[in-house]
Amino acid sequence: MIGALSFEQAPPLWVPLRFFLTAPWFLCAAGLLLAVDGAHVVAGGRWGPGAVAAVHLVTAGYMLQVMAGALLQFMPVAAGANVWRPRLTGGVAHAGFTAGGAALVAGFLWVGVPALQAATVLMGGAGAFYVVVLARGLAASPAIGPTLRGLRFAVFGLAVTVALGVALASVFGFGVALPLAELVPVHAAWGLAGWALTLLAAVAWLVVPMFQLTPPYPPRFAFAFPLAVCGVVLGWTAAVFLRTPAVAIAVAAAGTLVVGAFGGATLRLQGQRKRRVTDATLECWRAGMAALCAAAVLFPIPLAVTDAALRGRLEWLAGVLVLGAFVAVIQGMLHKIVPFLVWLHLRSVMAVPPTMQKVLPDARARPQSRLLLASILVLALAAAWPPLAHLGGVLLAVAAAWGGALLVGAARFHHRLAQSPSASPDDTGRSAR
Amino acid sequence: MGMLADMFAGHHKECDDLFAAAEAAAQDGAWDKAAPLWERYAAAMERHLSTEEGVLFPAFEDASGMRGGPTQVMRMEHTQMRGLLQQAGQAVAARDADGFGGACETLNILMQQHNMKEENILYPMCDRAVGSNAALVQQLREKLGK
Ligand SMILES: [Fe+2]
Ligand SMILES: [Fe+2]
Repeated sequence: MIGALSFEQAPPLWVPLRFFLTAPWFLCAAGLLLAVDGAHVVAGGRWGPGAVAAVHLVTAGYMLQVMAGALLQFMPVAAGANVWRPRLTGGVAHAGFTAGGAALVAGFLWVGVPALQAATVLMGGAGAFYVVVLARGLAASPAIGPTLRGLRFAVFGLAVTVALGVALASVFGFGVALPLAELVPVHAAWGLAGWALTLLAAVAWLVVPMFQLTPPYPPRFAFAFPLAVCGVVLGWTAAVFLRTPAVAIAVAAAGTLVVGAFGGATLRLQGQRKRRVTDATLECWRAGMAALCAAAVLFPIPLAVTDAALRGRLEWLAGVLVLGAFVAVIQGMLHKIVPFLVWLHLRSVMAVPPTMQKVLPDARARPQSRLLLASILVLALAAAWPPLAHLGGVLLAVAAAWGGALLVGAARFHHRLAQSPSASPDDTGRSAR
Repeated sequence: MGMLADMFAGHHKECDDLFAAAEAAAQDGAWDKAAPLWERYAAAMERHLSTEEGVLFPAFEDASGMRGGPTQVMRMEHTQMRGLLQQAGQAVAARDADGFGGACETLNILMQQHNMKEENILYPMCDRAVGSNAALVQQLREKLGK
């Protein structure tokens, strides 16, 4: 097993970058959808086609793309887990998730049966393939530590999410008779908590102390967290299928504690950081964790509300805060990961590559991420006054496109210097802050 | 944690503290403080890197027979770290705040992901391969100045 450990620093730049360059346009599409139809989407509740499409543009589009790409980079470095033929795996997963995500949303918006059939096959196929590749790598890893453990739980969560998603899409695409009302909340819990939050936490154990030199998370907390999340999600699954609303509320309240503990611990550690430098990445993390804590408090409340309109507004608010937390943290991470990868890959063609700040100065990253955070805030406020969702959508679309343009700029910066390493970085038309 | 993992991870933390202090001084524009702090940090890093390259890695390679793998990648990253240490050192001397901040940010990420691979993967492997060699452990302790 140890012999199989290559310890490679990084797969080719293009392997994760293709995911990162695609992802913002899914987020931008979600913004455009809300810009056009926002008030209607808020009023239509979580079962409306606009809401389902917007949620999947953010989750199955944006979040899945970035997470899938980042894991191909992160697994060997953080967990000593080799990815089977990263170029091929990345290519297949990227193609499947991109085409599948687009087909899924098209199917929801225009109720297209053929589109949903295509999405079932593409997302299911690419998802199953990707899960198997990751699981094999993680199983063979000789590493120790809570991150590896968290990644194993997360990949299990992804497998369940994809399976449930395929089942759901088959209801619409192939007319399979399955209990929709139960499958939907269970699919959402596995996707957001079993997969996304567990993965975010596994990454946080490493990068939160690493970026700002904070104390580490308490080892017992990091060890227990994925188990606790998995327990809550399993409890939720049981409560939903057994149709016991009281148990569901209790489980959601347990979720509040578990998720709140993670958000709170992260904010506390960042408050104890040794590095005094602040940047867009830190702001995004802190805003994201604050949103996550606020969302956690909201988990059980809609379940106890009987007024349908009020419940719909509360679900909108909780949904925006949860998704906004992931979107914020992911944006912050992209602002760090991409310039670092560019530096790392330039290092193989030049002795002293320009530092990360030359690739993407904080002065450019910060206004973009602040606009993104503002768009999330405006969308959250639309819970009180739905027409605000139009403005929030416009801001989200602009911020996402701007973020996409910054990534294209970083990729071009790499391309120029990789072509002619002798050119001074200042010839590239950029300057440090 | 094993003995070697403990010792080397502890030294990573000492280096981190010196790094953060030098960076904070430079951010305050206190270059008179930043320059000697940076020197102390760079010296501690050099001691760390050369102890790994000169003593720990060869002992591990001899015991495990693994020469081309993990330790090779670690040595390559040491070279990259030395480049950035030098870049940041020149920026301190020139009191170039942007240059120093840029080099520090890049160095920090490179160094932290390097340390993480060592602490999670390589040091445990070293502990299994040579951790029971008391003479070696003593020699490493002295070289790290612990
Ligand atoms: Fe090292
Ligand atoms: Fe080390």
